[in-house]
Amino acid sequence: MSGNAAIGEAAIRAGCQCYFGYPITPQNELTEYMAQNLSRRKGCTFIQAESEISAINMVYGASVAGVRAMTSSSSPGISLKQEGISYLAACELPAVIVNMSRGGPGLGSISAAQSDYYQSTRGGGHGDYRTIVLAPSSVQELADFTHRAFELSDQYLVPVIILGDGMIGQMMEPVEFKHEAPAELPIRERALRGAKGRNSRIIKTFTSNPAELEEINWSLFRRYQLIEKEETTSESYLTEDAKLILVAFGIGARIAKGAIKTARANGMKVGLFRPITLWPFPTKKLQELAKTTKFFLDFEMNMGQMVDDVHLALGDKANISFYGRPGGVIATPAEVLRVITRLYHQKGLDTKK
Amino acid sequence: MLIKTVFAGFGGQGVLSMGLNLTQTAMREGKHVTYLPAYGAEMRGGTANCTVVISDEEIASPVASSPEFLVAMNQPSLVKFQNQIDAGGVVFLNTSLIDIEVTRGDVEVIRVAANQIAEELGSVRSANMVMLGAFVRKSNLVAIDALVEMVRSLLESKGTKIFAANKKALLAGYELLK
Repeated sequence: MSGNAAIGEAAIRAGCQCYFGYPITPQNELTEYMAQNLSRRKGCTFIQAESEISAINMVYGASVAGVRAMTSSSSPGISLKQEGISYLAACELPAVIVNMSRGGPGLGSISAAQSDYYQSTRGGGHGDYRTIVLAPSSVQELADFTHRAFELSDQYLVPVIILGDGMIGQMMEPVEFKHEAPAELPIRERALRGAKGRNSRIIKTFTSNPAELEEINWSLFRRYQLIEKEETTSESYLTEDAKLILVAFGIGARIAKGAIKTARANGMKVGLFRPITLWPFPTKKLQELAKTTKFFLDFEMNMGQMVDDVHLALGDKANISFYGRPGGVIATPAEVLRVITRLYHQKGLDTKK
Repeated sequence: MLIKTVFAGFGGQGVLSMGLNLTQTAMREGKHVTYLPAYGAEMRGGTANCTVVISDEEIASPVASSPEFLVAMNQPSLVKFQNQIDAGGVVFLNTSLIDIEVTRGDVEVIRVAANQIAEELGSVRSANMVMLGAFVRKSNLVAIDALVEMVRSLLESKGTKIFAANKKALLAGYELLK
């Protein structure tokens, strides 16, 4: 199954009732899947909107009415959605937003890239807010994380971004759907469903009183702190005895893993650290690894974005290098292996005990 | 075992469908698989290629640095990919559309006049199946019967006539190599 189709199926199984999209390569298979499969389901709505902005505002409307809603796009389209995402965050409304990112800036290229890391992990739109960002690296994870995205979004009342790329969206791998939403999803309090028998509820993003808004900001950030504590996830691969640890996310981590396997076969002690939640970034786990490994190589398909978070986490406690390919160029495992081999030798790791 | 194959040609030749049929068959046979397509925005024309990885173990990277097999359905594909093939690898040439030679001396070359054979069988559109049949015979990656079954299930909605034509082309390609 293609990655894009797997998200669609997982979303439907997670109880997604509304999908709003607008075509853009390389995520069209998801819109297509929802058109074919969601629109036929009772009580569900699929709309191909007239623009990305429209689509995210439809999600906003569906979410405020209390249903599970989702939209998807690729980089330039995600930029257009940022105003709506900021409003969702301000209103404390859940939503799942999929970004199958492509090369940028501008209209960019249709090939896979990871250059939307900054945009995804720093809120993306205006104002003080965060979104949970999940970075899957296989089609199976796309399915699993789609389910998790809906759960997290409902639990913490924050928008959740699934940050993939053109490659993971279009590639095919076997996939198993392990999660099924309960037939009746719990009713969310923070929604407008009619006020019969209770006082009316107001959900809005504007207040003319700065002190009131400050309190809203504080309350959002207390929740963000809780998310950081409870939901930060990462994967460590062959890091126990590693002299050099690669840091990579999403599809980049798969390419890195391919290179690491060969590096290990060539006698180099190399491991991989893969942030799964890009926000919250797994700072603590990375700091733990730096207690035993001093050399890190950050690899991304961009000019170096996540590497900033690696620096923030490790400060001067480790030696951090970077290798990246921007613009939608796909680095090969052999290429990453050459970088590993050179670095390993330059830093004297092949001679040190 | 970890075998990487690149299928390449121009859009409309059925290059992606060759890869997809192979991938799904291998998956059905219990192998680990990844299928990575790359194509332009055009529906026809332009370039298209896909990388198929088949393995007994979990597959790290779906991107192949040095494929063991290259299936070149047209000349630009051969030019683009021949330097990437693993030493000792195999190149399949669609000689109906390629009139240059492989410049590498360390790879085996299999020549299949796929378009011509397909045309003789009734439709040039099944050239991809002729080539896929030959590929399976040489590579031994999946069983031909399993592949025929997969093609049947993928073409189910298109009717039995289309399937029969594809099956005939597959077997013709398979029988070509002894």
